Amino acid sequence: MDLIPDLYRKEYGKMVTVLCSRFGMAYMDIAEDIVSDTFLSAAETWGMKGVPSNPVAWLYAVARNNALNYLKHDKVFEKRVRKDLIQGGERSFEMDIDLSGQNITDSQLQMLFAICHPSIPVEAQVSMALRVLCGFTIDEIAQALLTSKGNINKRLFRAKEKLRAEEVEIAFPEGGAISARLDTVLVYLYLLFNEGYYSASVDKVLRKDFCLEAMRLTYLLLGHPPTGKPKVYALMALMCFQASRFDARIDDSGELVLYEEQDTSRWDQELIDRGSHFFVQASGRGEISKYHVEAAIAWWHTHQVAEQEKWENILRLYNQLLILEYSPIAALNRAYAFFRVYGKEKAIVEAEGLQLTGNLFYHSLLGELYTGVDREKARQHFVQALALAGSEAERAVLEKKLSNN
Amino acid sequence: MKEFALIFRTSTPTEPAPQLTPAQLQEMMTSWSNWMGGIAARDMLADGGHRLGIRESKTVAPGNVVTDGPYTEVKEFINGYIVVKTPSVEEAVEIAKACPMLFGGGKVEVRPLVAPDDNS
Repeated sequence: MDLIPDLYRKEYGKMVTVLCSRFGMAYMDIAEDIVSDTFLSAAETWGMKGVPSNPVAWLYAVARNNALNYLKHDKVFEKRVRKDLIQGGERSFEMDIDLSGQNITDSQLQMLFAICHPSIPVEAQVSMALRVLCGFTIDEIAQALLTSKGNINKRLFRAKEKLRAEEVEIAFPEGGAISARLDTVLVYLYLLFNEGYYSASVDKVLRKDFCLEAMRLTYLLLGHPPTGKPKVYALMALMCFQASRFDARIDDSGELVLYEEQDTSRWDQELIDRGSHFFVQASGRGEISKYHVEAAIAWWHTHQVAEQEKWENILRLYNQLLILEYSPIAALNRAYAFFRVYGKEKAIVEAEGLQLTGNLFYHSLLGELYTGVDREKARQHFVQALALAGSEAERAVLEKKLSNN
Repeated sequence: MKEFALIFRTSTPTEPAPQLTPAQLQEMMTSWSNWMGGIAARDMLADGGHRLGIRESKTVAPGNVVTDGPYTEVKEFINGYIVVKTPSVEEAVEIAKACPMLFGGGKVEVRPLVAPDDNS
């Protein structure tokens, strides 16, 4: 029965976040222990007595009781947390644990802002949010990020130490600080989405879950007025447009399907429509962020119009995106769009000007551009790309190109 | 990396030139977009700069003398600029050589940005 893993995924993060925001960041380990104990009791009790009619309510009630018991009986906890709470002006020992929907949402948003604290390295932010906010297990995180469990544990440990040392509060930053921190939060959410979207991990379900979690958290930001900014709507639109192709870009055997070869009937029209809806809300308020431009690029990718028109628009948007902010991947995508509009010879000049030797996508793009133009150069670039490829799926695509060259 | 301003000079005081057809305007926009995008794609764009307008422009001279427009005494005037970052002036000049300005009868002036501590 998958009930418990499913609930764990959905509820673990919410419960830890609420408890942690009640106790303070320094006691995250205790919050995690309480929630883990709760799931342990669930496994035992439900196994013996059957599953309660409302399992989520059961979990919340037990977590709440466990937390209150901790408050009353745990010596360490009593000395530390209660003392801190009293010093913080809390008079009531019978403090409450509010597991209402609204408080869960608020706590999750506040935790998101806390984790995106500038003192935490971005790698650690990703692992931390996946664990604490989204409830992925250490195993799952390690698998999706293609690293070891030990590494993830180290990152989490360091992030917690940092949060403790910096005395980061689980609260929205004050006044103007919220919009400064919002940019970091958006970078983080887009990164989380991309970890799912582009991850080389073979577990398709898990990867999709990462994307959905990123979308869920972005959606929470939209529901909170100080953070419901045009750029947040734009990011949400971007995620919808990208996610609409999730099923089309990986075939049943887990291999990557290149954009040109995707079965367009597997594009999710409903997500495209949702994306358009968010994009309308992102627009017309005088702000054009890089997320607006990227969402527009993604929109053109989801539309089946004449190739020339599509790629001219995509090229123009990549120009605009790069003028806003340079990134190697945008530069490479621009060179590809340049090829689609002006042909291989001109695109080779643009691509070689990028000087990104040692970048997997640089070599695979040049391999592609030289195919049919200069066979030897195409081969050299594909071979270099192959040496840089990290996953089986990437290697398979490149080997196919090399053998067709 | 050094920074250079590429300053666009032209002698046609119109914005945009009214004799152009919509297709030509589109082409002009595309060539500017590709030129700027190409600089940015090589991570050589330090500042996207600005176009400078004609309407509502004045020149102020000593003695409360205010005249219309930037084009009182010069035949050429500046209509925009960007800032690039390149290893030396030669690369900045190479970038300028491909500027769409040159194909519309204008010129591009390449000038180094002077750092605050540079007294040379």
